[in-house]
Amino acid sequence: MFSAETLQKFAREVAKYPADQRQSATMSCLAHAQEEKGWLPSEAIEAVADYLGIAPMAVYEVASFYNMYDLKPVGKYKITVCTNLPCALSGGYHAGEYVQKKLGIGYGETTPDGKFTLKEGECMGACGDAPVFIVNNRSMCSHMHPEQIDKLLEECK
Amino acid sequence: MAMLGSINGVLMEGLDGDNTWHLKDYVARGGYAQLKRILETKMTQEDVISEVKKSVLRGRGGAGFPTGLKWSFMPRSFPGDKYVVCNTDEGEPGTFKDRDIMRYNPHAVIEGMAIAAYAMGANRGYNYVHGEVWHEYKRFEEALDEARAAGFIGQNILGSGFNFELFAHHGYGAYICGEETALLESIEGKKGQPRFKPPFPASFGLYGKPTTINNTETFASIPFILKMGGEEFLNLGKPNNGGTKLFSVSGHVNRPGNYEIPLGTPFATLLEMCGGMRGGRKLKAVIPGGSSAPVMPGEVIMDCTMDYDSISKGGSMLGSGAVIVMDETVCMVKALERLSFFYHEESCGQCTPCREGTAWMYKVVHRIENGLGKPEDLDLLNSVLGNIAGRTICALGDAAAFPVQSFIKHFGKEFEYHIENKTCLVPKDVQWAGSGFHKIPA
Ligand SMILES: Cc1cc2nc3c(=O)[nH]c(=O)nc-3n(C[C@H](O)[C@H](O)[C@H](O)COP(=O)(O)O)c2cc1C
Ligand code: SF4
Ligand code: FES
Repeated sequence: MFSAETLQKFAREVAKYPADQRQSATMSCLAHAQEEKGWLPSEAIEAVADYLGIAPMAVYEVASFYNMYDLKPVGKYKITVCTNLPCALSGGYHAGEYVQKKLGIGYGETTPDGKFTLKEGECMGACGDAPVFIVNNRSMCSHMHPEQIDKLLEECK
Repeated sequence: MAMLGSINGVLMEGLDGDNTWHLKDYVARGGYAQLKRILETKMTQEDVISEVKKSVLRGRGGAGFPTGLKWSFMPRSFPGDKYVVCNTDEGEPGTFKDRDIMRYNPHAVIEGMAIAAYAMGANRGYNYVHGEVWHEYKRFEEALDEARAAGFIGQNILGSGFNFELFAHHGYGAYICGEETALLESIEGKKGQPRFKPPFPASFGLYGKPTTINNTETFASIPFILKMGGEEFLNLGKPNNGGTKLFSVSGHVNRPGNYEIPLGTPFATLLEMCGGMRGGRKLKAVIPGGSSAPVMPGEVIMDCTMDYDSISKGGSMLGSGAVIVMDETVCMVKALERLSFFYHEESCGQCTPCREGTAWMYKVVHRIENGLGKPEDLDLLNSVLGNIAGRTICALGDAAAFPVQSFIKHFGKEFEYHIENKTCLVPKDVQWAGSGFHKIPA
């Protein structure tokens, strides 16, 4: 199910916790699984449960509780826009409108070519750099004014 | 983001952005000397805790609880595993200081945690990092590797017989995991749902073991307190409000960013450090301690100093030190609508008053904002508030209620105007003028 590299990452995570607490690695294993698969199909969730030796239901619960797991396929680039108040004061809403217009989709939608998914997000702990986007859960983009948004979309090949 | 300014800076002093976070740089700044001194001189646990008590360091995560006192609750001689846990879940809207600490001075957090573990007899620790913050999480892991290789964490630290294993745990997007017991559940690999208290984490924490949880900035302050002595740290601030603190300033100022200033510094000075109001517009309101703190009218906070006592006297809380500045172009109904949406979204759903109450609050504020408000809506909001406060497992319920209460208290006129006239008191065409978003022609 998973590549050797992903399995190696799983092992590294499990090692952080006491030997009888493998369940603690659920979140990070799911994150690495999602990184490899692009999203979390149920087979991936079950495989994580299997790897950790815990009930699949326990892993489902975690996957559905936390916002950054994708239980449905997303575009190659998932762009999350922070629109919480501190960002909104410094252009968060505008940046969101701008990128929606450019891509021709709303929040929660994916472009027909499967390239982009847009999401509305909550505070990312970077409000001083507003407007803020995160691409594929990992890459934080600061000061997303029109020129920067254009540049980002161009760089997403 | 970078540290944009400081007065008598301690935590972030002498740093050069991304260039000086490595172990060698930290050691060159005098880092790990306190851990070394404590272990070499066999300083007693009581003496370490007493130094922290003298500093009157108060928890930087939001509640402002005295750190030394919290540490003294740990059953130090309880046999078996004991934990110290660092809360870097930083999800309180407006707060972005812990990310900078992790990025620019991660070893201060590690040394602080190691000293804390020593003082409380803990042998294991975790740093729980906000899901959206990936690069800083990776950097912290690198810093841990450096510290392990240098023998500052791990087994038999510096030959003293003291063991402390420390790891990072990455969150994945849930504000509620900033609440300390939800955070523990999350480390255990479960949904982040707060636990009933008591029992408190000091007796039943991570995996049921004694645990102490502190904020990133709290831990990062510890080496500096040991270095300068508790009393000197206290004197940097003002009585009952020891030390310097990082303030994350966002919103309508010219230079949003992190500023380290002594507690007790006038708000007006902080505003000046941020280059004043963007476009020279008039200050309307400030949320001084993260979105869960009550909003203050501009003229009230202009007379306050930035410390726990003054802000509390002014009717709010210092919270996490996230200062959200709003100018006259902000529609307060719209602002509250966004915050209410946030709490509704992030309620973990365990308690009915919070789950249902946050949904109601959002629904009512949303309809007022959209011109569908009814004359009885403000009373309705007040009754919903009354049904949340004090009736929930964790403080998220209260955190959701405070903004609503304070927005209506100070800016009730705007809500009434909205209900009556189906539109904002602040004309639509000037709203968000202060956003600074570079408009390009359509
Ligand atoms: C809903 C909610 C969210 C919280 N979020 C955070 C957070 O992001 N970071 C933090 O340090 N404390 C947060 N806290 C406070 C913690 O529960 C806890 O009091 C704190 O981490 C203790 O550390 P301190 O004493 O050093 O401040 C939150 C509390 C609540 C109720
Ligand atoms: S108050 Fe809200 S967030 Fe806290 S435990 Fe209850 S439902 Fe969950
Ligand atoms: S509000 Fe957008 S990062 Fe904090």
